[in-house]
Amino acid sequence: MTTQFRYIGKHRRTKEDPRFVTGRGRYAADIALPGTKHVALVASPHPSARIVSISTDAALAAPGVLTVLTGDEFCARTDPLYVGVDAPKVTRYALARGVVRYAGEWVAAVVADTRALAEDAAELVEVEYESLPFVIDPEAALAPGTHLIHPDHGTNVLYRRKFVWGPVEEAFAKADHQLAFRATWGRSSTVPIETFGVTARWDPVAELLDVWASIQMPKYPDQTARALRLPGNAVRVHFDVDVGGSYGVKRGIKHTVLVGYLAKKLGVPVRLIEDRLENMRGGDMHGPDRFFDMQVAFDRDGTIRGMKMRAVDDVGAYAGRSPLQLGKPVGAICGPYQIHAIEYEPTSVMTNKTPQEAVRGFGQSPTNFAIERAMDRVARQLGMDRIELRRKNLIRRDQFPYLIPSGSSYDSGDYHTVLDKALEASGYPALVRMRDEARLAGRLAGIGVATCLEPSGGNASFELLFNPKNETTTWMDSCLVRVDLSGSITGVMGTSSSGQGHETLVSTVVGEILERDPATIRVIHADSLNALPSNSPVGSRMAIMLGGAAAGAARKIRDALVAIAAHNFECSPEDLEYRDGNVGIKGAPSKMLSWDQLVEIAHRKFHKMPPGLDPGLQAQFVWEVPTGGGVPTQDGRVQMYPCYAFEAHVVYVEIDPDTGKPSIRKYVCGHDCGVMISPDIVHGMTYGGIAHGIGASLYEKFAYTEDGQLASGTFMDYLIPSSMEVPDIHIVDHCTPSPLTTFGQKGSGEAGYLGAPAAIANAINDALDPLGASIDTLPMSHLALWETITKATKM
Amino acid sequence: MSEELYPIEVEVNGVQRTARVPARLSLVDWLREDLRLTGTHVGCEHGICGACSVMLDGEPVRSCLMFAFQANGHRVTTVEGLAQPDGSMSVLQDSFCQAHALQCGYCTPGMLIAAQGLLNTNPRPTDLQIREAIGGNLCRCTGYQQIVDAVKQAASRLSKETAS
Ligand code: FES
Ligand code: FES
Repeated sequence: MTTQFRYIGKHRRTKEDPRFVTGRGRYAADIALPGTKHVALVASPHPSARIVSISTDAALAAPGVLTVLTGDEFCARTDPLYVGVDAPKVTRYALARGVVRYAGEWVAAVVADTRALAEDAAELVEVEYESLPFVIDPEAALAPGTHLIHPDHGTNVLYRRKFVWGPVEEAFAKADHQLAFRATWGRSSTVPIETFGVTARWDPVAELLDVWASIQMPKYPDQTARALRLPGNAVRVHFDVDVGGSYGVKRGIKHTVLVGYLAKKLGVPVRLIEDRLENMRGGDMHGPDRFFDMQVAFDRDGTIRGMKMRAVDDVGAYAGRSPLQLGKPVGAICGPYQIHAIEYEPTSVMTNKTPQEAVRGFGQSPTNFAIERAMDRVARQLGMDRIELRRKNLIRRDQFPYLIPSGSSYDSGDYHTVLDKALEASGYPALVRMRDEARLAGRLAGIGVATCLEPSGGNASFELLFNPKNETTTWMDSCLVRVDLSGSITGVMGTSSSGQGHETLVSTVVGEILERDPATIRVIHADSLNALPSNSPVGSRMAIMLGGAAAGAARKIRDALVAIAAHNFECSPEDLEYRDGNVGIKGAPSKMLSWDQLVEIAHRKFHKMPPGLDPGLQAQFVWEVPTGGGVPTQDGRVQMYPCYAFEAHVVYVEIDPDTGKPSIRKYVCGHDCGVMISPDIVHGMTYGGIAHGIGASLYEKFAYTEDGQLASGTFMDYLIPSSMEVPDIHIVDHCTPSPLTTFGQKGSGEAGYLGAPAAIANAINDALDPLGASIDTLPMSHLALWETITKATKM
Repeated sequence: MSEELYPIEVEVNGVQRTARVPARLSLVDWLREDLRLTGTHVGCEHGICGACSVMLDGEPVRSCLMFAFQANGHRVTTVEGLAQPDGSMSVLQDSFCQAHALQCGYCTPGMLIAAQGLLNTNPRPTDLQIREAIGGNLCRCTGYQQIVDAVKQAASRLSKETAS
């Protein structure tokens, strides 16, 4: 499939790697403007309390201190941050005013000459609190009469709706069997190695706020300006800052508004770089914390007739966009399976915990985990092979485009083949023998299989679905391509990158269309006042959206070159042939205008330009998400993302019964994301996604104590898998092109993560099966496994 | 109340540096903030992530866990000092590019230091030895696979270079 391309799909070095391996990356913490002052934060030690008084005198008197800011001043002079659902009373600012709602919430900000002096002074800020009741457990938060996190909102529920798509009750009434269980996804996140950082500088003459931040966030400049009560063109975000990993969470809007306010107030550049505890506790970047009450109706032969899913997600003390993480999975609510009747009841609830932010997959990985646990449980109840059950229910290759009950149409796929390829690569029969021999030898061994989808292309249909007042129906992205007088090509993109290799993407695509070597193409990140519209790299969308926009702009350049040649040869464009940037008459090799000649005409020789064509050579292209723009029906059906990548995971684990320690001995992932523009980048993100999924399923948890304190605020208790926990991973590629995109590409930024937790959970349960034990709560920590094993063997 | 300063003399990437530093200044802050060698990164400041790794007298250490003063009289190499004498990339750096052993690049300087430390003492490491050597360096992007590939590649290129 990819052989038709010159650069797409080939192994090539990336544009970004050389600066990173030589230590020349430029991250937020590397921005050092002369005269920069530094912020340290005073955080609440209480999960819920009234602020009685704040005394700042001692801090203000400390060496090097410029100011101490508290919520009273800050909240009066800025506007609250954006809320993703219709809950206007759930107001949120960077600094607490009057009450604190989680342990770690920022109460005051100290600005001093150095970070060390700011921290010294922060310790001198005296805050008197009066404890209030608090609630940590989401079910308790739902119970009537519970302490309200935001009393003005009247309830702890941010969003709840019951969607019914298809004849659900009929399916349950007619099915041979039913089962019900609860699956729980633990509170974890993406936790990039770089914390969030931001520097802001106010120019009082130009009335312009410059912002450098480690950001990956749609509408960030706009939201910053709004909260600071500035016109949009008074905020200039510099998107050329390298972001040290994000995978969704780098959305330090509250940090930015705080630092922007301070920079403007003090007239000096101000920076805030989170330390690790601030990042984990008060950085507001936790991920989904969700349980699913699942019910499945199925027939004797394994046909799944219907599914009911109640999903309760604990977003912590404030809203942001996090409730929408229950909305995105609507676009793949039946997974890769033919399930015609589905009931979905998402409930977003607040507790006194750190707020949640967008995490890789935007809620899809927890949903996939619940569906895949259901599939395994159905197979087990029927005594049917898990793979056969999946094969029976998977959507077949000849059924695409496939419309699912909740209104999305899946573009393309060949799920059975990808599953078969993954099984073959895993040496499945031998793997089964290995497991059975291990069991005979008294070890706990299991195989996990998961098949699931990665919706990609990222539009925002869930915004309107979850909030009728929010009429967002476009989620465009764009690119500008410029050819200068020397004939060099520059691509301009309008957002920052956090490791996805967008410069490589744009140069590869532009090189492909213009038939010029991508190595010679420069790609820059314009600042927000120079950039065309972008919605940032969320929702596995950039290969599709930025790739599509770059191709669109490059095509315009190509068309312009052909038009110039046609004008000068006095022929029609159809008679011409574009090759390597030169344009000649078909069948007459001597009649040719070279790239350099054409560029020269465009830039200098207006008398040789065709009428109607602008001189100079640049083109922009703004692309709306394919299939986007729809409005939900009354019963909540809407097309979500356009493209659907597929992954099939096969995992083999053994668990040490004495310690509960699992070890992954084999990991294979069959992956189909259509045409890969840069295979090395796709593979890298998939390996990384699987590693992240291993963390979410076995190790990582933002645990809370009973008194409402975060118990895992360092890397000593929040355990990110190292090279010793992540095994050798084998990826098997498959390519079913998307009919909706420029080259047949689909997204892949969330690959691996969307299926790994499901596959590992299934493998662990397979290993526990001979004991008659099971576990449906993530993370399946050593301790949880040890307890499960001990309990089962004692019985 | 101004902080007391202590004189230090450290060889950083082959250049002798002298400074007067407060006792509590960490080595990584000195390198990054005072010397502006921002290639070395900070991920946790409590010794777990390895992003701040530098070589001290040729051996990987965590510069967030050391005071600048403790480096007095020692030799420090940061990622900026890994290049070949002519300024071109080292074989290991080049192999990282070839194998795409990174994404966001944030852990990369620390990974390079850890891997170079391994190759300096063990020119033909096994996969497991590579994994052990980078086991104290967290990467959230790559799942480590392409890093292991890159180190293997570098080892084999280096051994060919020494053979020829
Ligand atoms: S910053 Fe030094 S080990 Fe993390
Ligand atoms: S490359 Fe991003 S953390 Fe390793």
